[in-house]
Amino acid sequence: MEYIVIIISAVFVNNIVLMKFLGICPFIGVSNKVETAAGMSGAVMFVMTLATIVTYLIQTFILDALGISFMQTITFILVIASLVQLVEIILKKVSPGLFQALGIFLPLITTNCAILGVAILTIQNDYNLLEGVVFAAASALGFGLALIIFSSIREQLDLIDVPKAMKGVPIAFIVAGLLAMAFMGFTGIV
Amino acid sequence: MNQIKNFTKGFVQENPVFVLFLGLCPVLGTTTSAINGLGMGLATTFVLTMSNIVVSLIKNFIPDKVRIPAFIVIIASFVTIVELTMQAFVPTLFDALGLFIPLIVVNCLVLGRSEAFASKNPIWTSLVDGFGMGLGFSLALTMLGGVREILGSGSIFGFKFIHGDGMILFVLAPGAFIVLGYLIMLMQKLKSKSA
Repeated sequence: MEYIVIIISAVFVNNIVLMKFLGICPFIGVSNKVETAAGMSGAVMFVMTLATIVTYLIQTFILDALGISFMQTITFILVIASLVQLVEIILKKVSPGLFQALGIFLPLITTNCAILGVAILTIQNDYNLLEGVVFAAASALGFGLALIIFSSIREQLDLIDVPKAMKGVPIAFIVAGLLAMAFMGFTGIV
Repeated sequence: MNQIKNFTKGFVQENPVFVLFLGLCPVLGTTTSAINGLGMGLATTFVLTMSNIVVSLIKNFIPDKVRIPAFIVIIASFVTIVELTMQAFVPTLFDALGLFIPLIVVNCLVLGRSEAFASKNPIWTSLVDGFGMGLGFSLALTMLGGVREILGSGSIFGFKFIHGDGMILFVLAPGAFIVLGYLIMLMQKLKSKSA
């Protein structure tokens, strides 16, 4: 039951993009086409879940055990950066097909604040390992959902005559605002 | 003259938020009031200036292949300094900004300036660049926070000038997107007029 609550909360109620403002850069940057949006979401889901597991283990068994949790920020970002590199190398070797699909998005993920954000939130919320994994996967799902809805809207937006000064990023932000308003409708269901 | 131009380019011409669209997560996430926006902006300015100085100092010793991880470590060290300092001296602001303080590490603006500017320029120019860009970032955050605070709670920097609540929507998540959209629009309008 509590896992369902975590999932619904992370996907809809506290959507990381629209409610917590994490991962805005890819949200605006790679949302011109639905296909790229889907690829990015896949890569984020993969890395986010993996990163949360690794950082959770490091926090529990190294940082907390040695009493140096103030090193959290430095450790986490280094771990995530090297993890992304590692994933890239392994994918290239093991699954060239998947690498083709996700490859170009992987380097961008290091500076995606959603990954580090979710890793830190897992620690702050005092989740155990399994809850953390569920939380990370559900957050990534929420990211993907928002990204894909948003990119579908933006594809239509290209065909519409908007005032010159509003073209491009400004209108995208206003659409994102309306989308966030729609997601606010989920407030209070868990 | 050149130095002055270098300093002021971040304010309008190359404003990191309104023109370059860098580091948008904290821009949206922390600007529920003008004071929160200003605090976040100044914290980022400190990290940006210090990491620009250090990167510029040691740019000749870092092998090209590992420069990005090296920059990240430098940035993360300064973020930790800011984090601990704010927790000790301004705990209310620290709580309000929350998760976004450690996330300065992954602010693309900071890494972007290290990579694009400080790794190629002497210390003094890098310092000026970092400080100017940081102030431009703070300016944008304070503006956005100010507008949201005026519309959403009818106050500015905590001074209330209407009774009641104002339009709560602007303090909540959708307001952030909408106000930023309109501010960018305004900026593009002004730029197309001046050009």
